[in-house]
Amino acid sequence: MSRIVIVGLNHRTAPVEIRERLAFPAETIGHALRGLVERREISEGVILSTCNRVEVCVLAGEACKGTAAVKEFLSGHHGISGEELNGYLYHYEGEEAVKHLFRVSSSLDSMVLGEPQILGQVKDAYGYAAEFRAIGPILDKFFNKAFSVAKRVRTETKVASSAVSVSYAAVELAKKIFGNLKDKTVMLIGAGEMCELAARHLISAGVKGIMVTNRTFERAVKLAGEFNGTPVRFDEILSHLKMADIILSSTGAPHFILKREDVEEVIRIRKNRPMFFIDMAVPRDIDPDANQIDNVYVYDIDDLNNVIETNLEERQKEAERAEEIVAAEVRAFFRWLEAQQVTPTIVTLRKKFEEIKNAEVAKALSVLGTEDPKTKKVVESLATAILNKVLHPPVAALKKDVDGRDVTELVATVRELFDLPEDGGQTPPPGEPKEGGEIG
Amino acid sequence: MHITLLKVTTLFYLVGALLYLYFIVTLNERGAKLGRMLLLVGVLLHAAGFVARYFVAGYTPITNLFESLSFFAMAIVAVFLLTELRYNLRVLGSFIAPLGFVFSVFSAFQSGEVARLAPALNSYWLPVHVILLFIGDAVFAIAFGAGIMYLLQEKEVKKKRMGAIFKRLPSLDVLDDINYRCLTVGFPLLTLGIITGSIWAEYAWGSYWSWDPKETWSLITWLLYAALLHGRLTVGWRGRKAAILAIIGFCAVLFTFLGVNLLLPGLHSYTSLSG
Repeated sequence: MSRIVIVGLNHRTAPVEIRERLAFPAETIGHALRGLVERREISEGVILSTCNRVEVCVLAGEACKGTAAVKEFLSGHHGISGEELNGYLYHYEGEEAVKHLFRVSSSLDSMVLGEPQILGQVKDAYGYAAEFRAIGPILDKFFNKAFSVAKRVRTETKVASSAVSVSYAAVELAKKIFGNLKDKTVMLIGAGEMCELAARHLISAGVKGIMVTNRTFERAVKLAGEFNGTPVRFDEILSHLKMADIILSSTGAPHFILKREDVEEVIRIRKNRPMFFIDMAVPRDIDPDANQIDNVYVYDIDDLNNVIETNLEERQKEAERAEEIVAAEVRAFFRWLEAQQVTPTIVTLRKKFEEIKNAEVAKALSVLGTEDPKTKKVVESLATAILNKVLHPPVAALKKDVDGRDVTELVATVRELFDLPEDGGQTPPPGEPKEGGEIG
Repeated sequence: MHITLLKVTTLFYLVGALLYLYFIVTLNERGAKLGRMLLLVGVLLHAAGFVARYFVAGYTPITNLFESLSFFAMAIVAVFLLTELRYNLRVLGSFIAPLGFVFSVFSAFQSGEVARLAPALNSYWLPVHVILLFIGDAVFAIAFGAGIMYLLQEKEVKKKRMGAIFKRLPSLDVLDDINYRCLTVGFPLLTLGIITGSIWAEYAWGSYWSWDPKETWSLITWLLYAALLHGRLTVGWRGRKAAILAIIGFCAVLFTFLGVNLLLPGLHSYTSLSG
């Protein structure tokens, strides 16, 4: 019998320095997924890696072994010692894990409560797991359910209605620095989803112009076309920087692309006209020390996240309702998950006793040798009554819905006590949750 | 009668300042609106008192500590009301109105008796020289308030907190703009004030410049603001640096106005403590 386990870290438990070391880039995620499910303890796995979190969700034979296996996998894959990692990691098992994923996909665990990107990122993670065949029937059901829960939360609460997000926070900050954005120019370096979103927000806030640069110039030209801006070659960033008031950056560069000296030089040329750098890249693109220069403001993804956390009281109320939805869905899903184990056991148990009863009734009737229908009926109903009365307590115990109880153990006990075969009763479980999530 | 009028304005400034402070804490717009109303009534009563005293005394009443503190308070409140009109920046009042009140209350504790005018002051240059300087100083007081607000807000943005201050204070750009505008208005006033004083000195004392402490300190103040203006126009001193200089500049203004009178006796010692 297997259990769902999630091991991960997020913006609250680990700083960006750790998260950037533990991130799984899209290019290598296939390799990582294969390494994960190759492990003996793990039968299915999904890896979610965003700039705010890394979550490894697996289906493991035993919860504690699963947790240990995932931790081992993380430290092995990234070459970080287990002791160093332990302080940053959290883990959830069983019902807790179900709740965690539902909350993450519904954006209830996000830095910006209700921000919309996370659901797409969870769907991407699911997509990778499907592509590299790391996902199996249980996690498949689990993730699809998570998508439908997220959708429900979005439509039934106002958690995601107003645009409070990293990109929105960036606009708010820009307004506090520049006042009016009408005569300001934005430079977009790289093509992160969040940066593009922030650029769109800034455009609707009325900025004058936008420069777009990218390592591949064609991409810059294409994006500039979308934004009605000017493409700039990547090696000409420094010469164009003096024209930019707001710089949005999210490249995949492994080190800073703008050093403190670069920024000092530019701000001097600009005669100290303020510059606002928004660094959404992990690892970071802009030397955070540049924030110490007068009239230069550098915010990295963590800074924006911190800023927002203080600004979310209104959403908190809606979040409470969302939590209720999640809690109900968790219970429903967990019941389904338990039924996955309980129902076949009950079916096997009944089948076994039916067989014993039928054999014993036939034996008794042949000894009696009677053809009297009344006698036959009495014997038959006597056996059935005994069977039902004997079976009632174990079946009731299996079906009992108790929060936090470990049904796996109970099922194992019942199977052992009644000597049931391991894969009996292939009847599909009742009360299967309705398929609601869209994939992709 | 006019003395009571002048002193009673202190109460208006006090309540106005309290309302502006109430506004910055609770963000209740009515606090700011009522505060502005009280400051406006206060400043009008103040002007009426000033005019009344002019007729009673027979000279422009800006000759002793009571009169000059009172006039300075009025100038600060009046310049603030004009700035608020221009920028629609209520929260500035939470910083400036208390400042106006402080000068007003300081004045209210001085003796308001009309004294005989010192013969040297009996000149048309008196109102020109002193009023130019006080209005200039009041403009610098606004820059001082904006400078403090700038430093607070800049710290908030640099430290990356979006807390209570962040929400309440305006954008850095607006605060820096106020700083600059105040400089472009205050600096010419200060310059003209010093020049007219110098001309008057030639008439009254026979020398354009005699290195009396007040003259020395106004030169220091002038040099500070000149440096700020120059740095601003040539190498782009702005933001934090400009805010700090505006604060230091206003401290120099205060020392030239009060410190010199109270500590360094010289030709200008008409406004020493009385009563």
